[in-house]
Amino acid sequence: MCDTCGCSTEGGAVLRKPGESDYHVHVSESSHDEHHHHGENHGHDHDHGHHHESRSRTIALEQDVLLKNNLLAERNRGYFEARNIFALNFLSSPGSGKTSLLEKIIPVLQQHVPVAVIEGDQQTTNDAERIQALGVPVIQINTGSGCHLDALMVNSAVKELVLQDNSLLCIENVGNLVCPAMFDLGEALKVVIISVTEGDDKPLKYPNMFHEADLCILNKIDLLPYVDFDARKCRENAMRVNHHLEWFEVSAKTGEGLAAWQEWIEHKMKKR
Amino acid sequence: MHEMSIALSIVDAVESKAREEGAGSISGIELVIGKLAGIEPESLKFCFAAAAKGTLAEEALLVIEEPEGIGECGECGKRFPVSFYYAECPECRSLRVKIVSGEEFLIQSITIEEQEGE
Repeated sequence: MCDTCGCSTEGGAVLRKPGESDYHVHVSESSHDEHHHHGENHGHDHDHGHHHESRSRTIALEQDVLLKNNLLAERNRGYFEARNIFALNFLSSPGSGKTSLLEKIIPVLQQHVPVAVIEGDQQTTNDAERIQALGVPVIQINTGSGCHLDALMVNSAVKELVLQDNSLLCIENVGNLVCPAMFDLGEALKVVIISVTEGDDKPLKYPNMFHEADLCILNKIDLLPYVDFDARKCRENAMRVNHHLEWFEVSAKTGEGLAAWQEWIEHKMKKR
Repeated sequence: MHEMSIALSIVDAVESKAREEGAGSISGIELVIGKLAGIEPESLKFCFAAAAKGTLAEEALLVIEEPEGIGECGECGKRFPVSFYYAECPECRSLRVKIVSGEEFLIQSITIEEQEGE
């Protein structure tokens, strides 16, 4: 049972808003919320000796395992396109500075375009609170035990968030370099972030993520003099995995390199 | 551990198909998981057992086909086996390699049991 609202939902993702402790929405497919029918199939016993009457039949499916997620992601994408909302999916391991980067870049971008943010974390509204302090609409998805955001969570979050036409939507995924790579959310582009306090071989260790990304941001470059991180080698490694990857080197702390990235975002938005 | 949510979506998909077909149960599920698909078949099997509990697929046998990764060189067109994305063309050393096989992730078929005499 959910201890916040007392409903019978077991686990699953929850939407929250910073500063509104009563606000609490479970992510579910409201139209056909049947899920597993636990207990319904227990009418017959599993007595394997007596199944001779049953006839087997093989049915071809050839269906993408992620079909449901992909279809919903395309719906999100269609909605974003129709309203000219530029959605970016931010991906990285925990602690690479995703939220700090958003805190730094949003006040600048906001002077030109409306910005909204979806924050993904297993627990807490800490990140949403940091973003709310910037005065932009934000909603927190708490995935509970989940290790990634999926298209349904984003679909539900978008319904609870007031988005403006011709705006930028930043979706900060759960900090994880593995699982979120597989789940399309309907974003226009995937942005992967690494920081110089990690290893420069990270793109080789987690190739799926770097293969899926459109843009890579190397963060915390102000720390380069103090760490054994070879930025050129890291870039080379990333390019080996994905030669289409665009590359920016920034410091959310000092602001170095952020102007170029900001220009890139604005350029991409104009081109649409 | 995205294998768990993947397992749940497989159970969802095969159950809804089986119901559509009026099946009593699902006895087999054939999956195609390319070597580059980012899914650990062993981990998926483990999660599937938990995800399928109490569903039509509870007794289903999972058969997983794992196609090898094959890359095609963007420079010279040579096709060759790849074990990961940072492949290099063995012919011309180019890194412009396009993956042409190994990323598949499909439910190929299901085998259902029609319960007639029970």
